[in-house]
This record gives sequence, structure tokens and C-alpha cells, in this order.
Amino acid sequence: MTGIGLTHYLTLAAILFTIGVFGIFLNRKNVIIILMSIELMLLAVNINLVAFSAFLGDLVGQVFALLVLTVAAGEAAIGLAILVVYFRNRGGIAVEDVSQMKG
Amino acid sequence: MTLTSLAFYLFATVSVASAFMVIASRNPVYSVLFLILTFFNSAGLFILMGAEFLALILVVVYVGAVAVLFLFVVMMLDIDFAELSEGFLQYLPIGATVGLILLLELLLVFGASSRLADSNPLPRATPEGMTNAEALGRVLYTDYIYYFQAAGAILLVAMIGAIVLTLVKSNNPRRQNIAEQNARTKEDGVALVDVKPGQGL
Repeated sequence: MTGIGLTHYLTLAAILFTIGVFGIFLNRKNVIIILMSIELMLLAVNINLVAFSAFLGDLVGQVFALLVLTVAAGEAAIGLAILVVYFRNRGGIAVEDVSQMKG
Repeated sequence: MTLTSLAFYLFATVSVASAFMVIASRNPVYSVLFLILTFFNSAGLFILMGAEFLALILVVVYVGAVAVLFLFVVMMLDIDFAELSEGFLQYLPIGATVGLILLLELLLVFGASSRLADSNPLPRATPEGMTNAEALGRVLYTDYIYYFQAAGAILLVAMIGAIVLTLVKSNNPRRQNIAEQNARTKEDGVALVDVKPGQGL
């Protein structure tokens, strides 16, 4: 093992992604932590994209990581706005009752 | 062990540990703070990979905007978090099973691919004699200009959506009515009351 190669970064991203999935399972009732888990998963995806960008010598991976960052920021803003409205309407953020939002 | 390896293992260890604390801590404020720590360490990893611009964007956008947004929402909403974390251990077995299977599959894929192994050390994507921001800008503003514009449109839609969702329309907006102010006279503005001593109003 001479240096830090692509496999190291991919392994790290896999661990981070798994922690994100695990967090969604673990905190089923807390929407805020679920949103944070999604952010973790997107971060793992970004690490993958940047690592492959360096590995292939192609900057397009970093462009894609930038776009993923944009979408993640928008998703966090909209998700938290929906959460605030939901809290205002119901006085709580229990995930079990979220299906009442439809219709 | 070179300095790069040392830095990688430091950043990787801290980011994995803090990512675990994000999902494991009971208080969501601590979760947000650990999320910020994870982002900082990931920014360090990005710098190790030669993506300096993205590393700084990660710090500015994620730590400066998204994580603070989370912090605001966590502190603004008056939620009983102890009640929310009641069934915490109920989903632990199935979550651990799914997570372990996913992790094993991902690692098996990396282990099986022999092409990935001979990449030590990781090369740089940025061309020689050019900063990462300059090279990224040359790609982003020429070949991917439409995607860049689409990203801007997405941010605009997200901003408008968030404002529309959370805007509270007041039934009684206190706007200034100039005609009403000018029509005020001394008679309906001032009332003289004859107060008897020692009685009050």
C-alpha cells in the first residue's frame, strides 16, 4: 500500500452512504434527521464523483458534483420549508401522519 | 506513511465518526453540528483529491447555508425530541441488516474490479499550469453552460418555492393610509377628560 488510491475514496464514500441509509432506518420518526441523512448520502455521491474525476483525469466529474451540490441545496431548502409548514399546521413533525398531507 | 496518507486517514476517520454521530445523537442540534464537522472533513478530502474549488464551495454552501438552515429550523420548531426518539432501537435490526448488506455489496464491487486497484496515488484532474477553479470554469462555462443555467433555474425555483410555502399572509396588514392620516382632525384625535382628584380614570 504505497499511496491513497481510488479504492480508498470509494470505500469511504460507501461507508458514508451506508451510514446515510442506516440513519433513515434508525430515525424513522424524526424528519430532520432523515433530511440530514439524505445530505450525507449526497455527500458520499459527491466524493465518488470527485474521486472518479481525478482517477479518469476528466473534470466533468467535478462539474457533475457541482450540479449535485446545487440540487442538494435546493432540496434542503424545499424540504425544510415543507417541514415548517407541516409543523405549523399540525403542531408536530411525526412522520406517521405525513400521508394526511395528500389531497 | 506519507503526509497524504496521514491526512486521508485523519479526515476519513473523523468524517465517518461524525457521520455516525449525526444519526446516533439524540439531540438534533448536536446532529447538525456533527454534520458540519463531516462537511469540513469532506472538504479536506476534496482538497486531497485536487478539487480545491469544490472543497471551498462545500464549506461555503453547505456549512454556511444548508447546515445553518438546518440549525435554524431545529431551533425554531418547538419539538419534543425525546418523544421522537422513542422507537429508536425498534428499527435497529432491520436497519443494520440492510446497511451491512449494502456496504458489503459496494465493497465487493470495488474489490472485484482490478482496474481500480492500480491507481496509487490518485492522479490530478486539473491540467498542469492551471488552477482548479480556472480549469473547472473553462469546462463549466463552455461545454456545460446549459446545465449551469439549469442549475441556476433550479435554485430560483427552490427559492421561490420556499418563500411561497412559508409566507404567512396576514389578515390585518398594518399599512400606512396617508389619506386617513391627513383626514384626522383635532376633534377625533384628542379627547379631553376631566379627571377628579384622587379617583383616576
